[in-house]
Amino acid sequence: MKISRLSVFVQPTIFVGCAIILTFALTAILAPFIAGDPLSFDPLNRLKKPSELFLFGTDQLGRDLYSRVVYGARVSLIVGLSVALIATTIGLVLGIICGYLERVDAIVMRVMDGMMAIPSILLAIALITLMKASLLIVIVAIAIPEIPRVVRLVRSVVLSVKTLPYIEAAIASGTKTRRVMTRHILPSTIPPLIVQATYVCASAILTEAGLSFLGAGTPPEIPSWGNLISGGRAFFQISPWIIFFPGLMLAITVLAINLIGDGMRDSLDPRIAKRI
Amino acid sequence: MQSLSLTSISPQLPPPILRIDGLTTEFYTPSGNVCAVNRLSLNLEQKETLCLVGESGCGKSVTALSLMRLIPEKQGGITSGSIHFEDEDLATASESTMRRIRGNKISMIFQEPMTSLNPVITVGDQISESLRIHQKLSPRQATKIAIDMLALVRIADPARRALEYPHQLSGGMRQRVMIAIALACEPAVLIADEPTTALDVTIQAQILELILELKESVMTSVLLITHDLGVVAEVGQRIAVMYAGRKVEEGPVKDVFDQPFHPYTQGLLESIPRRGASSRVGQCRGQLPEIPGFVPSIRETSVGCAFAARCKKASPQCGIAAPELTAQSTGRAVACWHPNFD
Repeated sequence: MKISRLSVFVQPTIFVGCAIILTFALTAILAPFIAGDPLSFDPLNRLKKPSELFLFGTDQLGRDLYSRVVYGARVSLIVGLSVALIATTIGLVLGIICGYLERVDAIVMRVMDGMMAIPSILLAIALITLMKASLLIVIVAIAIPEIPRVVRLVRSVVLSVKTLPYIEAAIASGTKTRRVMTRHILPSTIPPLIVQATYVCASAILTEAGLSFLGAGTPPEIPSWGNLISGGRAFFQISPWIIFFPGLMLAITVLAINLIGDGMRDSLDPRIAKRI
Repeated sequence: MQSLSLTSISPQLPPPILRIDGLTTEFYTPSGNVCAVNRLSLNLEQKETLCLVGESGCGKSVTALSLMRLIPEKQGGITSGSIHFEDEDLATASESTMRRIRGNKISMIFQEPMTSLNPVITVGDQISESLRIHQKLSPRQATKIAIDMLALVRIADPARRALEYPHQLSGGMRQRVMIAIALACEPAVLIADEPTTALDVTIQAQILELILELKESVMTSVLLITHDLGVVAEVGQRIAVMYAGRKVEEGPVKDVFDQPFHPYTQGLLESIPRRGASSRVGQCRGQLPEIPGFVPSIRETSVGCAFAARCKKASPQCGIAAPELTAQSTGRAVACWHPNFD
């Protein structure tokens, strides 16, 4: 058991993915020490090319792009992690209940089907028009449409596990329904759920950037990568670096998370692991 | 058959531990209800080993699942009859009553030791689980008893094995663990549903011996479900033969084996390969007799005897009405219009 647990981290894809994400996370945490004020204007240094003084150049208001990209990592990582956490937690609970209790299943799954029909961008626009734009609203708006996907995944695992003889054996030895669900069924749902969580995280980061780009996401005063790209759009032809650097960071982050997800899938699913 | 050392049961017996009365279990299908167990009456006496035998699909396992009330509500259930156990009628008992009884007073050993253990929980924890549920023991006490149970089912180095996962054990050891789980709370009744089917022949004998030995030390009654008449001859005290959801014959194992009343029991016994059988009258050399035909599907409802179509002795009467189970000499009963009394 110990060897197989270790081998998860020996997988090169997971190693590379984790290294990138850890670097970004450290950068985000240490932002005040390694970058300047992302909001300070400098009208004399507008639209400057990347140089030694301004590592990533400056934007149309003379703000240091490097500082803004570093602070933007905070928003992306917070959104990605929170959405993954919220969606998988709620999805796990609902999925196990739905898969195990058939009476609840019919009702909850119809609600889930309904939720799946709502695009996250539309929901976010609706929520932000109703309430004041904030990071929390963005996280909630992105998390809600992700929940049904997690529920479906967990439910399918539960449905296949609950017919196994050891579940019947557990019931035959007098185990309570709640305990059967938590102790005997829940552990089987964790490996696919971890993999799904990484995909939810990556897609949440992209959705957040998309929403910010459309102006329906993170408030413009917060330097998120989506906001940076949105702001630099008008100057794309004369100073492409404004959208190049945040776009590049976005791509690397999502790639790294997907690398972790793929690696996890390969090492957690014994059938695929054998083929490799 | 002379090697059997079985004693006939004396007529004076304490009340049976489990009394099944007219149990009918039906499954709900789109084309109507299908009767898997039909008005089955069966007594399990205290500290006896009762064998329930029959072909696949004759309702043995469904009987076991009915006793434990483990048939999913949506698929089917007990439609009539009663199961008396310690002042309770298990046929109508509430789910919480059943939970208190399952694994505590009535335990079950399943056919598949490979899949009946949870792969992600150590075997020690799986044994201690029912102790913690039913006897409210502390984790430490439960673990201690779990290790004792592993030693009792003769697993070497029980303290180390208790920390292992099911995939680290062999099939025979897993079945031993299942037995340890089933007997951990010292149940009054142990239902063993083909406990040796999935095991090697050499292991089968060990497991059976173990069940019988523990039966004595834990003072439990065993309902052994099997299709292996060799097993019955070895371990059973009484035998009940089922056919198409009904009990067709019942009696002490030795008596039934010596003189089967029902043509079906007779057919079953004749189809066991045995030394010297080829010299029997009317049989080709080296050919094993078989019962012609198949078990009728439980969807087909017949007014007559379900075995009539395959029976050598069938008469017009057999097609008209189903024979009722009638008591014969000491402890024997048969449901047949033409029982073999010669």
